[in-house]
Amino acid sequence: MIIQGLTFYVFATIAVAAGVMVVSARNPVHSVLFLILTFFTTAALFILIGAEFLAMVLVVVYVGAVAVLFMFVVMMLDINFVEMREGFLQYMPIGVLVGIILLVELLMVLGTASMSPEVLATGTEPIPDLTQRQNTAAIGDVIYTKYIYLFQAAGMILLTAMVGAIVLTLRQRPGVRKQNIGKQVSRRREDSVELKKVQPGQGI
Amino acid sequence: MSFIKTNLRSLLLWEIVEGMALTFSYMFKKRVTINYPYEKGPLSPRFRGEHALRRYPNGEERCIACKLCEAICPAQAITIEAEPRDDGSRRTTRYDIDMTKCIYCGYCEEACPVDAIVEGPNFEFATESREELFYDKDKLLANGERWEREIAANLRADAPYR
Amino acid sequence: MAEFWSIYMLPGIIILAQILAIVVPLLLCVAMLTYAERKIMAAMQLRMGPNVVGPFGLLQAFADGAKLFFKETILPTSSNKIIFLIAPMLTFFLSMVAWAVIPFDEGMVVSDINVGILYLFAISSLGVYGIVMAGWASNSKYPFLSALRSAAQMVSYEVSIGFVIITVLLCVGSLNVSDVVQAQADGVWFFIPLFPMFIIFFISALAETNRHPFDLPEAEAELVAGYQVEYSSMTFALFFLGEYANMILMSALTAILFLGGWLPPFDIAPFNWIPGPIWFFLKIAFLLFVFVWVRATLPRYRYDQLMRLGWKVFLPFSLFWVALTAGVLVAFDMVPNS
Repeated sequence: MIIQGLTFYVFATIAVAAGVMVVSARNPVHSVLFLILTFFTTAALFILIGAEFLAMVLVVVYVGAVAVLFMFVVMMLDINFVEMREGFLQYMPIGVLVGIILLVELLMVLGTASMSPEVLATGTEPIPDLTQRQNTAAIGDVIYTKYIYLFQAAGMILLTAMVGAIVLTLRQRPGVRKQNIGKQVSRRREDSVELKKVQPGQGI
Repeated sequence: MSFIKTNLRSLLLWEIVEGMALTFSYMFKKRVTINYPYEKGPLSPRFRGEHALRRYPNGEERCIACKLCEAICPAQAITIEAEPRDDGSRRTTRYDIDMTKCIYCGYCEEACPVDAIVEGPNFEFATESREELFYDKDKLLANGERWEREIAANLRADAPYR
Repeated sequence: MAEFWSIYMLPGIIILAQILAIVVPLLLCVAMLTYAERKIMAAMQLRMGPNVVGPFGLLQAFADGAKLFFKETILPTSSNKIIFLIAPMLTFFLSMVAWAVIPFDEGMVVSDINVGILYLFAISSLGVYGIVMAGWASNSKYPFLSALRSAAQMVSYEVSIGFVIITVLLCVGSLNVSDVVQAQADGVWFFIPLFPMFIIFFISALAETNRHPFDLPEAEAELVAGYQVEYSSMTFALFFLGEYANMILMSALTAILFLGGWLPPFDIAPFNWIPGPIWFFLKIAFLLFVFVWVRATLPRYRYDQLMRLGWKVFLPFSLFWVALTAGVLVAFDMVPNS
């Protein structure tokens, strides 16, 4: 158990430290890189509690896709750091408030669980024995049976957001000639070239 | 029918498959390149390579310092100075070719009335410094001695067409 | 103390030996792959290819390696030093760690985890960071443009790769890499029923590894060498090794998903005498040959065509095929593990 405990503390420390660096790093690209480190160590922590599916999905979705897009945007930004720091004090109370609310919520969850452990058993689907059932299958069972409507609704909301973003940014400019690749590729010699026999001294 | 055919062709990536088949067939063709430092391609007798100053068979240098080559050189790479020698014949005291300027047009060779300056078959005279490419008379004469056999053979081969 | 030895040290040493047993041959394969690529390309272009170092130029890759090793590592003054150095290490490291879950034969795998396929997918999706970090940290125009291109390209093609993997997983019913191969042992290899997916996966793999005809991040005609412009010596060598190891990895993944991994083509006498790892190696070698073959054949895609192919052709098609596969499996009652 020593090794497990040790790895947990190592990963947890890295995750927290990287999280702090996300907000305190001066360079936004460094911030994103620390965010990736946070995601990654969090995935490691997921593996430590045996939730390998969640860990992998976290890496695939957040590190592999979301953070790449973050990085993409941040790299192209030309940010004036002095200007960005100006509103710091002004927004600090709100930030602190949100932070405190999150902390209290976390403490409440942990507190209830530790004060009355029987609460955990009231969960709709008890955590299955890992030797019996892989957690990939267990998650699938819960999501696609009990929570199917909520799950689909979440998907729909994301789809709506995506469609909305496309609608907002799509500009139809009139008079722009676009490449029609299918048409180009299917064009053949017979369709466009005709061999004419031209008599000497006459035009066509 | 042709609609189905064209769409099927593009769906099956037929043209890419055809291209791949072509490159694959090329894999087994004979190589067109040669193993350069060990094998060399044929050179024409008219090939214009490194310059050389020739001598007559009796050892007398051919150049009579007429300066036609200097005059015709479009890159002005040739510098000649001349004085009468002790025996009264006119010879060069200085014959420099700046090989970094030379464009290998072969006009010097054409202009020379006595076949003294020629462009030999040697094309492998790369040097490690720029200074080594400023050829003087000694270097050119040494080239002439080194390549005389090949140069003479080339001149003989090309003579009927001159 | 004895307990410590038996519980921690011994397994640790065994794992270390296993890792070395994979990484060392892998690096040798990378060296040979660069040689093979140059030779095959040369043959297809009627040239000689490397033929000076060693017999038939076989040692060319080692000569190149030695040359890079003895060169000076140049750190551009305006670069972000730490990220500049981390980037090549990351690329190299990621191309190596993925091999932990690749089974070479039944049970011949370093870590037989349940979510092996997801792990491979996660690792390959991380590959973009090496390039993006290199491009940004170089603080130079061409690497930066290359980083942007590669970020967009790899994210786009991962989507269709994801759907292709889902199609295969629907037929397998497990995320374990060995199970994927075992599922092909009884029936046919998946490249027959899922042929269009096989093609899409292979083309996406070309895009994912930044190979021709999708090598826009390092398009030498436009971006000199893309993200590698500022790199020299071993930092460059690490990128190079990582890129080619990634090619081998994607070939291995294709072999596992569609060509039956270590399985012989027919389970009859002359074929099943040959051990599994050799079949696996032959399949990878064939796919790598196709990688090189494609490079020798096709010209580079234009960037908007690349994006069009990814989002407007592969994504709808693979999505359709996921639905079709799921439908067929349910309709004919062939769903695995049910």
